[in-house]
Amino acid sequence: MNLVRNHVLISIDAGTIMAGARAVEKTLVNEIASQGLTDEISVLETGSVGATGQGVILVVYPEGVYYGNVTPQDIPELVEEHLLKGRPLKRLILSEVPRQHVIKKEKTGLLKEQPRIVLKNSGIINPENIDEYIAANGYEAIAKALTTMTPDEVIEETKKSGLVGRGGAAFTTGIKWDFARKAAGDIKYIVCNADEGEPGTFKDRLILEGDPHKLIEGMLIAGYAVGASKGFVYIRGEYALSIERLEKAIGQARQYGLLGDNILEGPFSFDITVMKGAGAYVCGEETALIESLEGKRGHPRNKPPYPVTEGLWAKPTVVNNVETLANVPDIILHGALWFRGYGTEKCTGTKVFTIIGNVATPGLIEVEMGTTLRDIIYEYAGGIKDGKQFKCALVGGAAGAFLGPDMLDVKMDFVNLKEYAAVLGSGAILVMDEDVDMLDMLKSVLHFFRHESCGHCVPCRLGTAQLVKIIDRVSASKGKKDDIDKLIKIAQVMQATSFCPLGQSLNLPISSSLKYFGDEIRSRVR
Amino acid sequence: MYREQLLKKFNPALDNILYILHELQDNNPEHYLAKEDIRVCADYLEVPYSYVHSVASFYTMFSLKPRGRYIIRLCDSPPCHLMGSQSLLDYLKKALKVNVGETTQDKMFTLELTSCLGVCGVAPAMMINEEMFGNLTPAAVDSILDKRRKEL
Amino acid sequence: MNLEDLKKIREKAQKDVELRQKQARIRVVVGMGTSGIASGAREVLKTFVEEIGRRNLTDVVVTQTGEKGLASREPMVEIFEEGKPVVIYGSMDSEKSKRVVVEHIVNGNPVTEYAIEVM
Repeated sequence: MNLVRNHVLISIDAGTIMAGARAVEKTLVNEIASQGLTDEISVLETGSVGATGQGVILVVYPEGVYYGNVTPQDIPELVEEHLLKGRPLKRLILSEVPRQHVIKKEKTGLLKEQPRIVLKNSGIINPENIDEYIAANGYEAIAKALTTMTPDEVIEETKKSGLVGRGGAAFTTGIKWDFARKAAGDIKYIVCNADEGEPGTFKDRLILEGDPHKLIEGMLIAGYAVGASKGFVYIRGEYALSIERLEKAIGQARQYGLLGDNILEGPFSFDITVMKGAGAYVCGEETALIESLEGKRGHPRNKPPYPVTEGLWAKPTVVNNVETLANVPDIILHGALWFRGYGTEKCTGTKVFTIIGNVATPGLIEVEMGTTLRDIIYEYAGGIKDGKQFKCALVGGAAGAFLGPDMLDVKMDFVNLKEYAAVLGSGAILVMDEDVDMLDMLKSVLHFFRHESCGHCVPCRLGTAQLVKIIDRVSASKGKKDDIDKLIKIAQVMQATSFCPLGQSLNLPISSSLKYFGDEIRSRVR
Repeated sequence: MYREQLLKKFNPALDNILYILHELQDNNPEHYLAKEDIRVCADYLEVPYSYVHSVASFYTMFSLKPRGRYIIRLCDSPPCHLMGSQSLLDYLKKALKVNVGETTQDKMFTLELTSCLGVCGVAPAMMINEEMFGNLTPAAVDSILDKRRKEL
Repeated sequence: MNLEDLKKIREKAQKDVELRQKQARIRVVVGMGTSGIASGAREVLKTFVEEIGRRNLTDVVVTQTGEKGLASREPMVEIFEEGKPVVIYGSMDSEKSKRVVVEHIVNGNPVTEYAIEVM
């Protein structure tokens, strides 16, 4: 193998290009080639090296010699002397060498310290290596539960922690488990809802891809608490990497005897099967998901009976979101009291928010429940992009509410947002700046729902089609005078009569966008 | 016959139907579920042809008409819409000379729209077969398409 | 496996992780979540492996991890070096990776302009 012995960096920026850096680079590459040194000496372009007004600048490593005011005519000598004979060419050496040891910090806050529970390991450990999860105290919680706690104690601890479902419905997890535990029947199931399709949401994907063993451990604990020996993870078909990583993790856990029969050589047995979805937003609704798991069209079921008594194959079934289950190991390991130390009195723990759209640094954070929208946008996501003004945020996904500037200081948690006729939903926050056309955004939301309406019930099937027809008309400046009122009317009827949350929740984005931007939107039909 | 071979790794249970349909579609040279695929699946699971058809037509990842070698699925959900997916859609239509749901004449590309792909931090985004691409611009789209054209 | 085994595996895994950190002078960790991959992380990982292999830098290891959350700065690469602060590079590509190998890993000068955080 040829080992590179010298690196020549050539600084390419506006100043050096004007001074002829490209010509120097070309001559240098040719000269190195003609001397037969291409394999030994690599030439790399670099940005500014911190020296200005010194013409074309080269840096030769390993010596770290800085040359300035280099011209194509200097190159043969430089290659001959320095690169062949190892004698730096003194006449071109810069007297003042720019050094850059101080690293400036970018003004982004997304990497700022966060109280991470579910995403503690994501982006830190290698998700494809079970040992790294174990080294980070992985599977210690299930070991603790199996050896020192009864299933009832696990449920009690989970109830006490105040953990509620992170998928949007915010039902108390411990109570759900209790229902399923007490339901009649020997066979029970744990189903993990990983059909993450709410637009703007990718929190579950980070857990599945970045720390799949945490989900497995959460499901093991849920299975032990409820008395289930079989679990399913329903992952949307688009999440190829999530499916790959989770399947790999399940295989490793089986090898270690952490899944399968007699886990940790005790009486508890549990195994997990991954199910791959095929593109249907409505399958995020728990009964539609169960239908899909059974191999049917993903239509929602009548409730009651609820899945906790009659779910998958009519057996008692717990359906929990990925983020919910990923909270469980730490609750069992550190206790309910520890968990209640995060968040607010009524809404405990942390929440993962995806903060996207017109912000400086879109991405994802895990912060305490009750963090304000202002902090999330300005402290963590770097504020509005390009110094523009905040117009509004769509919070909770497509089925969420548009929140205007008056909502910036409202605490973001499930309980509090309800008081403002808004929802936390999946934790997606889509930020829009002053230039965004609200009619266009509303149109995008309505098109999404028309596409995803499953066709099972009439109000949603026809309602979404009518809404799209009307908004397309308005958007094409062919709107009729009462079109906006029709949007409101249809959405209200859909809320009252649709079969499942998909059709029921559409009223929220429509009514909230009109509340804040009624004049702007109505001006398009006059 | 290759179809029957493919099915052998699945239990003939109804809850495997999505896996089976994925497998049949992935292995169909035209990346769709042909009548024969649906028939084989129905026979294997011992359910009517119409049942399998009703399931296949419900889920957007399954196609009932032939598609190209590369299936481009551009996200048009609100987050990508806000970040400019509409202009990318216009660009893709022009570059490929097709409308949404259509396949290029050389059978290389099929253009589809998809709901949120969950990579909103790098919006606008699209998927080509199982590969994800973010921070898309017309120039980036060009180089992605070119690379695939040259792969042949 | 029983409880005792789990404890043993944990102790061994923790030791291994520690040992690996000591054996390797430098650890390069590439973020390989979907946002990273969608922004070109596979190419970045490949470049680091190639450039490090080509220079026979046996005391440098390259590993992968999931996403941290800063999607808009993917692909991200972290450089761990004993006794020095961790440097996180953002918006990496193949060319930038080559420069990080040369300047930071071989010559010990972090590349200021690509660094987004030092911890």
